[in-house]
Amino acid sequence: MGGVMTYLLIIGTRKGLFTARSEDRRSWEVLGPHRLDENDDAGMSPVYTVGIDPHTHRLLVGTESWHFGPSVWHSDDLGRTWTEPGTAPIAFPEDTDASLVRAWQFAFGPEPGTVYAGVEPHALFRSTDGGDHFTLVRSLWDHPHRAEWFPGAGGAAIHTVLPGVLGSGERFPEAITVAMPTGGVYQSSDDGESWAPTNRGISAGFLPDPEPEFGQCVHKVTVAPDGSFYAQNHHGVYRSASPATEGWRPIETGLPTDFGFAIVAHPHRAESAFNFPVVSQEVHLPPENRLRAYRTDDSGESWRAIDAGLPEEPYFGIVLRDAACTDGAEVPGFYFGTRNGDVYALTDDEERWHRVVAHLPDVLCVRAAEV
Amino acid sequence: MRVIVHLPGLLRSDADGAAHVPVEVDGPVALRGVLDALVARHPGLDRRIRDERGLLRRYVNVFVDEDECRTIGGLDAPVHDGADVRLLPSVAGG
Repeated sequence: MGGVMTYLLIIGTRKGLFTARSEDRRSWEVLGPHRLDENDDAGMSPVYTVGIDPHTHRLLVGTESWHFGPSVWHSDDLGRTWTEPGTAPIAFPEDTDASLVRAWQFAFGPEPGTVYAGVEPHALFRSTDGGDHFTLVRSLWDHPHRAEWFPGAGGAAIHTVLPGVLGSGERFPEAITVAMPTGGVYQSSDDGESWAPTNRGISAGFLPDPEPEFGQCVHKVTVAPDGSFYAQNHHGVYRSASPATEGWRPIETGLPTDFGFAIVAHPHRAESAFNFPVVSQEVHLPPENRLRAYRTDDSGESWRAIDAGLPEEPYFGIVLRDAACTDGAEVPGFYFGTRNGDVYALTDDEERWHRVVAHLPDVLCVRAAEV
Repeated sequence: MRVIVHLPGLLRSDADGAAHVPVEVDGPVALRGVLDALVARHPGLDRRIRDERGLLRRYVNVFVDEDECRTIGGLDAPVHDGADVRLLPSVAGG
């Protein structure tokens, strides 16, 4: 591959948006907080989700103004200038008697221009114009289970949207996998026309039936390059080649705990993934008060700590569900940010984390790409 | 009847920079009708002050003269000719 690549990392925090650029993924130029609006209202808002469109490199940023509500901003010049559409990008239709709390997730479809937004309250929206305007996916909103989905501690939201995949070897444009607390994993094979829960094997220890058809509090699902999945549950880490046909199997043996929020699959090796354990549902702190990532290279049969380059002193900031990602590069980079405002990067050719930036506001989400 | 709506600095960019917007409405009218007339002139204001259900956003306060509207009927609060309606961001953030 010729030329020098530039890597862009976008970081959504409790107080605004930051970006970082690097050519070697060791030293980073960090900018921010970005001024989205001249009033510093949206720009100082919590940023709960960010996205980098793989087709256009448009940046999408989901904000929630304390006073004036949620919105979606975009940049078509890698963060130099920002635009908010003149009408609300995501709005519930009048007959739903619902209103948007915030966007939790952006995901990009195989077709250029197709962007999905998972939102609170539990709903999926789809845009066909790159994220200027979104339309409610009615079939999921009208799903008979929806009345029984209740909020997790973080809210009632669809936090994971994985277009184009149903399981290993089952990639096709009409497939969509979503996940939510509490409801669990749902999949559509017909472009969102119909949905079925695919939670078999995932536990729900907080319900009378510990293995219900739906109702699980899945914290994050990540897709491996062959279309198979890893999931971090509300207690329990799982792997599935095909949720609908094979269900999920536990893979937490070897991790210090089975609780956590973030999990990131390797973009090129289906058997590899990163996990960021948290003590328990009661104790949202890193195990042993040490900041560590864990990696598997055998589909969850075993895990090892990857902590070179991370603080050796006691650390109390955890990694939230969207605060870890990969850039998907040929030699992939992996990234995570903590609630203490520290962001780290690792490249797959070195088992050492490098600090991108420290002391930001608490990090809610990160996304990265070669640009 | 005529009502003056006063906008905070944060919302003026959605109202062509105006700090005060005179609104003509057929009276008698409730606050909802005043806001409807306001956003008819400046559509960008609507999503800032009300959600999709038409409910006032939690941290937007609207005063009718001296009374915060939630103490006098919310969006059903009566508004008289010549009233001053003030939109103010409440105390929020963190």
